[in-house]
Amino acid sequence: MTEKPVYTEFHPRWYRTRVSTYWWLDRTPYVKFILRELSSIFVAFFVVITLLQIRALGQGPQAYPAFQQRLQAPIMVILNILSLLFVLFHTITWFNLTPKAIVLRVRGRRLPDLLIAAPNYVAWLVVSGVIAWIVTGG
Amino acid sequence: MADKITLEVARYDPERHTEPTFEKYEVPFRKDWVILDALNYIKDRLDGSLSYRWSCRTGICGSCGMMVDGEPKLTCATFLSSYAPGPVRVEALRNFPIVRDLVIEMTDFMVKLKKVKPWIVRENEKPISQGEYLQTPEQLENYKQFSMCINCLLCYAACPVYGLDNLFTGPAAIALAQRYNLDSRDVGARERREILSDHEGIWGCTFVGECTEVCPKHVDPAGAIQQYKVDAAIDWFKSFLLPRGAK
Amino acid sequence: MDSSSHDVLLVGGGGAGLRAAIAVAEVNPKLSVAVVSKVYPMRSHTVSAEGGAAGVARPDDSLDEHAYDTISGGDWLCDQDAVEAFVKEAREELLQMEHWGCPWSREPDGRIAVRPFGGMKKERTWFAADKTGFHMLHTLFQTSLKYNAITRYDEWFVTKLLVDDGRVQGVVAIELMSGKIQAITSKAVIVCTGGCGKVFPFTTNANIKNGDGMALAYRAGCPLKDMEFVQYHPTGLPFTGILITEAARAEGGYMLNKDGYRYLQDYDLGKPQPGPVLRTMELGPRDRLSQAFVKENEKGRTIEGPYGPVVHLDLRHLGAKLINTKLPFVRELCLKYQNIDPIKELIPVRPVVHYMMGGVHTNMNGATPIKGLYAAGEVACVSINGANRLGSNSLPELLVFGARAGKSAAAFASDQRPAGSAALTQAMDEQRRLEEQFLRKAGGRERVATIREEMQKAVESGAGIYRTAKTLQESANKLQELQERFPNIALDDHSRTFNTELTSALELSFMLDVATSIVQCALHRKESRGAHQRTDFPGRNDTEYLAHSLVTRKEDGSSQLKYLPVTITRWPPGQRVYGR
Ligand SMILES: Cc1cc2nc3c(=O)[nH]c(=O)nc-3n(C[C@H](O)[C@H](O)[C@H](O)COP(=O)(O)OP(=O)(O)OC[C@H]3O[C@@H](n4cnc5c(N)ncnc54)[C@H](O)[C@@H]3O)c2cc1C
Ligand code: SF4
Ligand code: FES
Repeated sequence: MTEKPVYTEFHPRWYRTRVSTYWWLDRTPYVKFILRELSSIFVAFFVVITLLQIRALGQGPQAYPAFQQRLQAPIMVILNILSLLFVLFHTITWFNLTPKAIVLRVRGRRLPDLLIAAPNYVAWLVVSGVIAWIVTGG
Repeated sequence: MADKITLEVARYDPERHTEPTFEKYEVPFRKDWVILDALNYIKDRLDGSLSYRWSCRTGICGSCGMMVDGEPKLTCATFLSSYAPGPVRVEALRNFPIVRDLVIEMTDFMVKLKKVKPWIVRENEKPISQGEYLQTPEQLENYKQFSMCINCLLCYAACPVYGLDNLFTGPAAIALAQRYNLDSRDVGARERREILSDHEGIWGCTFVGECTEVCPKHVDPAGAIQQYKVDAAIDWFKSFLLPRGAK
Repeated sequence: MDSSSHDVLLVGGGGAGLRAAIAVAEVNPKLSVAVVSKVYPMRSHTVSAEGGAAGVARPDDSLDEHAYDTISGGDWLCDQDAVEAFVKEAREELLQMEHWGCPWSREPDGRIAVRPFGGMKKERTWFAADKTGFHMLHTLFQTSLKYNAITRYDEWFVTKLLVDDGRVQGVVAIELMSGKIQAITSKAVIVCTGGCGKVFPFTTNANIKNGDGMALAYRAGCPLKDMEFVQYHPTGLPFTGILITEAARAEGGYMLNKDGYRYLQDYDLGKPQPGPVLRTMELGPRDRLSQAFVKENEKGRTIEGPYGPVVHLDLRHLGAKLINTKLPFVRELCLKYQNIDPIKELIPVRPVVHYMMGGVHTNMNGATPIKGLYAAGEVACVSINGANRLGSNSLPELLVFGARAGKSAAAFASDQRPAGSAALTQAMDEQRRLEEQFLRKAGGRERVATIREEMQKAVESGAGIYRTAKTLQESANKLQELQERFPNIALDDHSRTFNTELTSALELSFMLDVATSIVQCALHRKESRGAHQRTDFPGRNDTEYLAHSLVTRKEDGSSQLKYLPVTITRWPPGQRVYGR
């Protein structure tokens, strides 16, 4: 609608503020919000790679090295690093969010947020350690 | 300390303007003055046609929310001195249609509030003659924080999800739904969940967290939304695992 | 002209209005109820009440004791039959609020907690932390949302009551959003518009408390009752009127004059001790403290602040620790709304107007002498408050008499015919008046703010804490002059959309009528009782004035005064002894 509506008596005409394309640069939380929205592309990319990986595995012993070969292309490495960063970003967001979602009380007092978020990080470290141990052939 | 400060106030009259413009006013600069006092000074002495809402001047009625230098604030609890030497920009709350000058249209919130059934739902009423429903201080503490909402709508002005899609129920209404869900006297959680579990209800929120940041009453609406999501998810899993008649 | 119609119409969506609306919807769900309010209901001033609501709750307390405290506190000007009904139903209404979800503070075992309160000899004040009114109002508002019979007119400003054939038939109101002027007809109208603190320059009352309902009823021919009784609180912040609770003095705060001297020792309130002593010095009764301020000011020993004379409340010697643990809310209010830190700075205080005992004359069912017109809440005078309201009695009053008015209006409306055409003709006249006198008017020289400030000054100087025939007569003359200047008012704003200059002009004209009735009632009551202190008539005079003043507007705009005897049932007038 390009035409501006005309004010007629007793029919209020409200002004709706046009949002600038760069509104989200205003504040860090908004930037993070847009980054999270944007990250969906990379997360999708991660999923596709994993699916291709499984397919390659299924296609037999020759297919897999070829697939690995393709993954070593610089563009692929960059995309993978970006995806990793975004996934890490999501993880941290979600970990920090648990204290908001789960209110635990001990003897009537609300547990501090840190105490609820911390186990997430501990578990994360432990699991990462175990995986690293397996991968490096422990 | 300078004795004057300049306010840049957004002016818009639908009968004459097509969009808001800023007008400058010089007002006395006083240590004990809040932004609202400056607006009252303008209205009383400089320009009687400036329109805005206010009533209590003690941060409890929730009328006077506006954007001050781009941030949502209660203007009766925001000192001029925090913005010295000025100028200070005052605009209507973001994310709402503007009716006039600093007045927003808030019917959308009123409709959403009613939709979440913000009242006690019970299977059977106990007669008044039998006295009160017992509720321990701990049970009170469970929902108390969410009952502190003064409906000032600063959280809506801070929420980018609401700004992009105003079908989203939004922070305050969800916090108030959760206030009743957590009340030991209430059994309406399931009814409310059915209303809120659709896509626009709660899932729009991606935890920006700004609503909690700007809330002048420490209601923590962001927390309420996350709790709601967990409850809804558990409910969904239950209905998935125990399909028949399980509640 | 557009019009809409309902069975029962509420003017006002505060505590009293919402309680009445729910009462109508519950008694007869077939009736259509309209709630017309100039602000969204949850913005109403009930939201500001902090302390609590009184209702007998414990076995060691009794209805009779609550009644006696109320009657003696009101200096025997309360109607005792109304008080008896009030104390009985207060408890039921507060329990009803509990059932609707009000977050009352609790005992460890889950029962309702009660606290002591000034003037109440037993612990019977229910509270929701320090935000009782806020929680009550939001509970009522949110509960009202479940009744489909209730239609809300949010941000509609009522300008006139339609009365034809001796019966109220609706109102004329402006929809602020669009500027549309409309008749809303109904078979009964309940006025619940709250108090009128803004008639005075320094008040704890919010910007919306302009006595609208009192003026609306007065102009419609309904008498106002006991308008001379206005309650002051001794320690409010100047300019904002923010209340500094008695607790600040109970913890050991000092009241100082401009020489840093604890001046209360000069007013027969005991000798200064370093720590707080009950019923002496700073802990003397509220009215005596307010009166001492006036005397001190006359002696030129107050401090001249930017907003007039003040004295100082000194908490500094109490130390940060005590202030933070015992008086956190006092510190928060000072810091957040006045930019003063009581740990390091003196708090400027002065007596501020807090509550209006008088109001629209009603009986125990909220009915006024005009058929179909009811009133409840601070706007009404039943009277249970007499010459002086006890703290925490007015929140339960809203509930008890809100519900009573709702029920009787519902019964009345059930067998009435709809409004006749004469009402609509009146509405058209009102629309013409608004357009000619305000919206389309060119010229005029007076500013709303100027007349308002002059009025507030006149009322304060004549009908303030101390009154004499001379000062009252001066106020009356000044108010007469302002009434004459008012038509010459000029508006900067001729827009239809959300024209708040128009509403403040209308509020000013309401306040001028209310101010006049206060001064007239005060002029005629030649005695001192409760909040009404005449230096020219210092004693209470039961032979002539154990009676309510009733002021009615005559055709020519002047006022006429009558007295109505007080109803005494079981408690003959006695001496009012201060204890706390
Ligand atoms: C700071 C403070 C603390 C208090 N603390 C206590 C306490 O602890 N305990 C206690 O018992 N009492 C207390 N009180 C007193 C008590 O709060 C009030 O008496 C009571 O809330 C008045 O309620 P109400 O419903 O009569 O009116 P309000 O809540 O004032 O509502 C008035 C309604 O009328 C509407 N209205 C007015 N004019 C118009 C018009 N022209 N057109 C349309 N609508 C109109 C308004 O929009 C509003 O909805 C306190 C008062 C103050 C100021
Ligand atoms: S949640 Fe906080 S910011 Fe949002 S409306 Fe309520 S009080 Fe205001
Ligand atoms: S004026 Fe009431 S919250 Fe600011």
